[in-house]
Amino acid sequence: MEFLATFRKGGVHPKDKKELANRQPIEPFTAVSELIVPLSQHTGSPAKPLKAKGDVVVAGEKIGESTSFISANIHSPVNGTISDIKKITLANSVISDAFVITVDSENPFGKWSLQERKEYTGAELLNLVKEMGIVGAGGAAFPTHVKLSIPRGKKVNDLVINGVECEPYLTSDHRLMLERGEEILEGILYVAKIVNPQKITIGIENNKRDAIDNLRQIIEEKGHPIEIVPLKVKYPQGDEKQLLKAIIKREVPSGKLPLDVGAVVVNIGTAFAIWEAVALNKPFIERVVTLSGESIKDKKNLLVPIGTKVEDLLKLTACEETDNYIAGGPMMGFAFWDTTTPITKGTSGILALAPSKKGRVTTPCISCGRCITACPMGLQPTKLYRLIDHGQYEVAMANHLMDCKECGCCAYVCPANLPLVHAMKLGKRVGRK
Amino acid sequence: MESPKFVLSSSPHLHGKGSTSSIMWDVSIALTPAALWGVYLFGWRALLLLVVSIATSMGVEYLLNLKRGASTLADGSAFLTGLLIGMNFSVDTAIVVPIVAAAFAIFVVKWTFGGLGANWINPALAGRAFVFFSFTNLMNTYRLPRTLKGVDAFSSASFLTEIKGLIGEGTVMGMKSPSILASINYPYTQFAGKVSGALTKVFKIGPSPYTVDAFFGNMAGTIGEVSAFLLLIGAIYLLVKKIITWHIPVAFLGTFSLLAWTFGGLRNGLGFFQGDFVLQLLSGGMILGAFFMATDMVTSPITNKGRIIFGVGVGFFTFLLRYYGSLPESVSLAIILMNIFVPTIDRFIKVKPFGEVVKEAKR
Repeated sequence: MEFLATFRKGGVHPKDKKELANRQPIEPFTAVSELIVPLSQHTGSPAKPLKAKGDVVVAGEKIGESTSFISANIHSPVNGTISDIKKITLANSVISDAFVITVDSENPFGKWSLQERKEYTGAELLNLVKEMGIVGAGGAAFPTHVKLSIPRGKKVNDLVINGVECEPYLTSDHRLMLERGEEILEGILYVAKIVNPQKITIGIENNKRDAIDNLRQIIEEKGHPIEIVPLKVKYPQGDEKQLLKAIIKREVPSGKLPLDVGAVVVNIGTAFAIWEAVALNKPFIERVVTLSGESIKDKKNLLVPIGTKVEDLLKLTACEETDNYIAGGPMMGFAFWDTTTPITKGTSGILALAPSKKGRVTTPCISCGRCITACPMGLQPTKLYRLIDHGQYEVAMANHLMDCKECGCCAYVCPANLPLVHAMKLGKRVGRK
Repeated sequence: MESPKFVLSSSPHLHGKGSTSSIMWDVSIALTPAALWGVYLFGWRALLLLVVSIATSMGVEYLLNLKRGASTLADGSAFLTGLLIGMNFSVDTAIVVPIVAAAFAIFVVKWTFGGLGANWINPALAGRAFVFFSFTNLMNTYRLPRTLKGVDAFSSASFLTEIKGLIGEGTVMGMKSPSILASINYPYTQFAGKVSGALTKVFKIGPSPYTVDAFFGNMAGTIGEVSAFLLLIGAIYLLVKKIITWHIPVAFLGTFSLLAWTFGGLRNGLGFFQGDFVLQLLSGGMILGAFFMATDMVTSPITNKGRIIFGVGVGFFTFLLRYYGSLPESVSLAIILMNIFVPTIDRFIKVKPFGEVVKEAKR
């Protein structure tokens, strides 16, 4: 048996439910008539609108401009007309201005063809990444050009590609690795050109054996200097810090970035977007979204224009009655209440889970310590919960509250059903002020 | 698509199995075989005691719920407390004793401190200790189980108090505990005799029949504590279901065994490393205490490191109380004593956060 690396501390093993959707090939989704494209889809400051109501836009045209270093450009995913600019609340509760684009029904989509191959320098590529509005496709949507801008004096030893996809249900990265392996690997080499690593590694959890084999075969054929590391299945291995611990065996210090241990982590979806940007000159205007969950009849992986309303996706398939809709994965995703909420650059899945169970009661903490065993960051969630509950935000901060990344392991295992993650989110928000 | 209803909740949207009540019921299930064995050994009166103490404990919980306006009966903790209290009495205990113990446990120990999760000593043990010091006479007679149809004269003493008494009188100096028992013609079952004989044949040195009987539960004692075998089966169930961890029982029993083996012989005029810890482990409330009482989540440390410290402490105090104390209450008092240290242990024993920077100066 192959030895499988993983991170050591904490973690949980929810059923991965990947089998629901992992055999469905990626299909382009075209049934769009109106898009809602938010200006704040990424971590950092919102983009500034470049278009006004009534303007005609073409697919791939820049319609929002990044306003600071940590920000990202927004492009129109389709040909059409801007019919409105309005404030909306995204699934993750961010309030943002958004373009409402009426899609040109005659000629909705842009045409993207392979550009003539040319040698880019690292700086040119970095600029392209920035120009094309590429952000982390894993969920947090952190602007990729920021990650890839290596400050003077820092050196990158490891470029680690995140093909873990540890959230249950989600299969978008899995399908990408199976179907677009060559493109992803080329995208990775573009990233390598930017950051100049000593070594390139792709971490993939072992429940995606076919993806591992597929990429390995391509790497062998093409002689790419890339290594694949199969990882033991454990949530939250897709988090940068846990992934680095599993692969390069180093812990990113509290409050620091992967770069502080000489590493850069890029997601599979992001690598694909970078390939599209370089090879097709196509901005980040589409992404693969997994449509899955027990209440969805035909599970799918769809290539969806950014800004597509969730209800349009749900129209594709029969949906059993449920009250449990989630944007993103079930562990860190967001329950949404508005079916017109748009797909953003960070939305990796839309899930309709089985109807929520009634009768899960919340009881007092019985100090079972499961949250402590489960916490991958080595925190004491129940203690933090108590501190936050009592308004002792500063003490909570002194107990490493800010290291919490809301992965949900503590609340997953809590027998008392305490809203631990909810408290952490609140505490972090208040504590930051 | 018609507009559906939405449940809005904070992430995560998946939850593992297990709830507070499933934990409490699982522990109760794990205790059941040993409790039923006690009923078989000691007769219907044992069942009556169990039922009375469970009913009192749930009844008091119910009355307090009326005041509070929310029911906590379904979480199973009152049932478990009642069951543990019942299992901790000899079959000949007066009925009033478990009633007082259960009421004290639920009302004073649990609810005056804020209910489930807030009590700082184990309610069942506190209840037992309370009645022990209040009604010692009403609860300190023990009966031989039906499987030991030996000498009727032994009906008045617990296995351990018997040994302790004999040692104290100095009548059996120089003998290991099984030989003490043999010297007074303490009965053992035929089955135990056979097992002991067979094991001795195969391995040259085997357990005494008393040890075999103690392991399977053919001895005098409280209703629930007698069968180490059935309690261990329950404990394995809890370990497999990850309701308890190995840390407390192993640290507790390990520390006790080490001390008893090293120093236990001294009382009998033997040298170091002569103590018979195996019989000690199997008798009295040791197994029940180690796997079901000391592991009580609320009153034990929250970190695994802390649990080991806690276990070592319980083992140490149990040794002291058993060998040098004047009361037969060693395990329960040792656990209660260490319960008091739990907040302190939790304050100082912390898990190491991920990515904590080692101070440069230390390198």
